[in-house]
Amino acid sequence: MADVSLRNITKSYGKIEVLHGISLDVKDGEFVVFVGPSGCGKSTALRIIAGLEEITSGELHIGGRLVNEVPPADRGIAMVFQSYALYPHMTVYKNMAFGLKFAKTNKAETDRRVREAAEILQLTPYLERKPRDLSGGQRQRVAIGRAIVREPSVFLFDEPLSNLDAALRINTRIEIAKLHRSLKATTIYVTHDQVEAMTLATKIVVLNQGRVEQVGPPLELYHHPQNQFVAGFIGSPKMNFVKGKVLSVDARGVTVDYGEAKPIAIPVGGGIAKVGDTVTLGIRPEHLGEGGGYGLPLTGTVEAVELLGEASFVHVRRDDGTALIARSPGDSQAEIGAKITVSTGADHMHLFDTNGQAFPRHSKADAA
Amino acid sequence: MARHRKINRIAVYTALTGYTLFAIFPIALVMINSFKDRAAIFGSPLALPNPTTFSLTGFQQVLDKADFVTYFTNSIIVTVISLALVLLTGAMAAWALGEYRFKGNTIIGLYMALGIMVPIRLGTVSILKMVVGLNLINTLTALILVYTAMGLPLAILILGEFMAQIPRDLREAARCDGVSEYTIFTHVILPLIRPAVATVGVFTMVPIWNDLWFPLILASGDGKQTITLGVQQFIGQYVTNWNAVLSALTLAIAPILILYVLFSRHLVRGLTRGAVK
Repeated sequence: MADVSLRNITKSYGKIEVLHGISLDVKDGEFVVFVGPSGCGKSTALRIIAGLEEITSGELHIGGRLVNEVPPADRGIAMVFQSYALYPHMTVYKNMAFGLKFAKTNKAETDRRVREAAEILQLTPYLERKPRDLSGGQRQRVAIGRAIVREPSVFLFDEPLSNLDAALRINTRIEIAKLHRSLKATTIYVTHDQVEAMTLATKIVVLNQGRVEQVGPPLELYHHPQNQFVAGFIGSPKMNFVKGKVLSVDARGVTVDYGEAKPIAIPVGGGIAKVGDTVTLGIRPEHLGEGGGYGLPLTGTVEAVELLGEASFVHVRRDDGTALIARSPGDSQAEIGAKITVSTGADHMHLFDTNGQAFPRHSKADAA
Repeated sequence: MARHRKINRIAVYTALTGYTLFAIFPIALVMINSFKDRAAIFGSPLALPNPTTFSLTGFQQVLDKADFVTYFTNSIIVTVISLALVLLTGAMAAWALGEYRFKGNTIIGLYMALGIMVPIRLGTVSILKMVVGLNLINTLTALILVYTAMGLPLAILILGEFMAQIPRDLREAARCDGVSEYTIFTHVILPLIRPAVATVGVFTMVPIWNDLWFPLILASGDGKQTITLGVQQFIGQYVTNWNAVLSALTLAIAPILILYVLFSRHLVRGLTRGAVK
């Protein structure tokens, strides 16, 4: 068991810097998820922690020990790869025992650990099979088993579910969560899928273009995104953004003209907002309902309706060209091409300044 | 469409069969005639041996000469040791050049590739001078060194290509598993490129076994001749003992044929690998 701490870590390939000073603390036993769009540096960050990439500058501590120059094997980590990376010429048993065999672990102990891991992962019947005779989900479990038997203090997962089909992905996700609860090991997990991030993490790290955008528990990121990037990334479908202009700022909030009949007062800390500033309103699709009944209306034309059964996503284009998505009940009657009004409450609104930074929200209803 | 494909197929098989016959013909001729008496060799060279023409005199003559065993042993020693050295050092060099970034990496790689393009026989005079300088003339060591150098470039190229196909994750998984670089090489990389090793093995082994040039120049002294050189003693300026020559050649073909059959299963796998994931 160990803490992991990154201090101002940068990584360059030649002249191109891909990580620009990442600082982060992962406490013992936490399940931290690195999430971000592809190319944001999340995998690079993980590989740096694993020791598979060299650190250009900064310090990496695992369990209180500076490990910048320590090879992967001596860092007390175990990594699960996206491609599973099983040794194709070895049986499941040998795959799991491989690392232990060369760490001079005695045979009985190796056997105990492998069988225990196989039991946890329901792999016992497959121990003598080769990876090519297993399904994708089973291979993934072997890869996890190989990590477990090393009894690492830190588990590293690099997009472990992205090669699995949808149903299996959900199952394995739950398995991984269970596993973390029983092993209580520090876990760092990389994914581009914000649903995985929300469901698994005790703490999410949102990365974008080699920088940390925000760190926090899932619901805090959902309710209080610090900037427009995080707001757009967390949540599905993504948050709607509407341009507006600041009309006035007072203690209760910021009043914004957002192109509809009446301006609205949004309950956020005004901070440095000035009258006349361009701002962006953020409204989550699930907080946007059909009709004007929720207080603050937005009008436009229905462009598409996606019927999911339990809900419908109504795609609306406003007259100024901005697109909105509203999550309506499953029996939505919205018709393509028709004029529509959708509305939300001011409490559900987010507000971002010109630079995309969020104004802190007052609303207690959403407090995480 | 189906008919078109059938015609295509027949054409392919005809061409392949023709080539096979063409390639096998001289070997078959040698083997068939080695079991015939001298008169039959000249009288009807294409006929199979029959009870009247069947004769093992050639083999008797060859085996009666005690030296033949020596030649045979020499050939085996040279081929096996060269092969082992080429495969081992070639695989290690390919791994090092492909896996690790170090100064001169590209230059060394290019230098090795150059060895494929320049025939080693062009350097015979320099090689001879070197061998004389090293006092290795008339030794099997000289042959082994030359053949190792001869086989390395191609071995490095082919093995390097195969190693590059092994997913990076696999080596990194092994590194995370905490095994040493040597263990990764011997327990992960080598088993996975076995087909490639077999391919390189065949391509390396055959020219060494069949070579006449370097044994003639570097180790033609008594007791150091290889089998190809040994056969030459039956070929005289005025009289050639054809029975003995053909029998000796037949015996010389046998081991390489056996080794080829052993390797060929892997060879085919090596050539078709990558078609299916």
